[in-house]
Amino acid sequence: MFDPDLIGRTFNGADVVTVSQSSINQFAAVVGEKNTEIAPPTFSISITLDQSQKLLQDSGLDWTRVVHGDQRFEIFRPIVAGDQLICSSTIESARVMAGNEIVTVRSDLHAGSDLVVSTWSTLVVRA
Amino acid sequence: MSTFTVGQELDPHTFTINRALLVKYANASGDQNPIHQNEEFAKSVGLPDVIAHGMLTMALAGKYVSDIAGSAAVKEFSARFTKPIVVPANTDVALTVSAKIASIEDGIAKVEITAICNEVKVLGMAKASIRLA
Repeated sequence: MFDPDLIGRTFNGADVVTVSQSSINQFAAVVGEKNTEIAPPTFSISITLDQSQKLLQDSGLDWTRVVHGDQRFEIFRPIVAGDQLICSSTIESARVMAGNEIVTVRSDLHAGSDLVVSTWSTLVVRA
Repeated sequence: MSTFTVGQELDPHTFTINRALLVKYANASGDQNPIHQNEEFAKSVGLPDVIAHGMLTMALAGKYVSDIAGSAAVKEFSARFTKPIVVPANTDVALTVSAKIASIEDGIAKVEITAICNEVKVLGMAKASIRLA
């Protein structure tokens, strides 16, 4: 069971993720994007998915039962190869609906002090 | 650079989704959840078959949005995953994405996106804000 005391808590990542050109190329190739000078708009999920799972691993969130409900990106500038990004994740809300837990996680990626992208994922934890 | 008008419907584009693309997306995104690759596992958790990652559908819709004004122009992008896309073995599944210009203000166009697979809308409330050059 998800710990309700964690609502509003922010977990700051310790990992610096360096974006490689090959990771951008690989993501771009899936969607048929030929411009690889910048990352495609949803590329940041490849960083925040892994990072937020690590940051929230002790939250009681059962990742094996999680279904992705919705996703939002606010992109302040495109990600480029060589970016060194740090992820922080905040549990913005959690509620129970029809027996399922619905948790909204915000993950921010910073390069130094600059916010590059903010993402919100609504996760439905199936009962 | 083309100009856009409010209410304008943009030409649809059809993407092809198959098992090979799901593997490619799993590797590119790091989402190796077996429901997107392993038919036996997917069925064991009550799904009809392997389903596409919602984020793959969103990534393809993101490509469509990028084609409107360039990837760098995309400021906001959101979608709800309303229906899963079932991807049977050895089958190409067509995903058709289209969009409408909902508003233009201060050089930012708000775009409403429709993503349809087998005549069913697979994304809900799909929207993007793009900066027009």
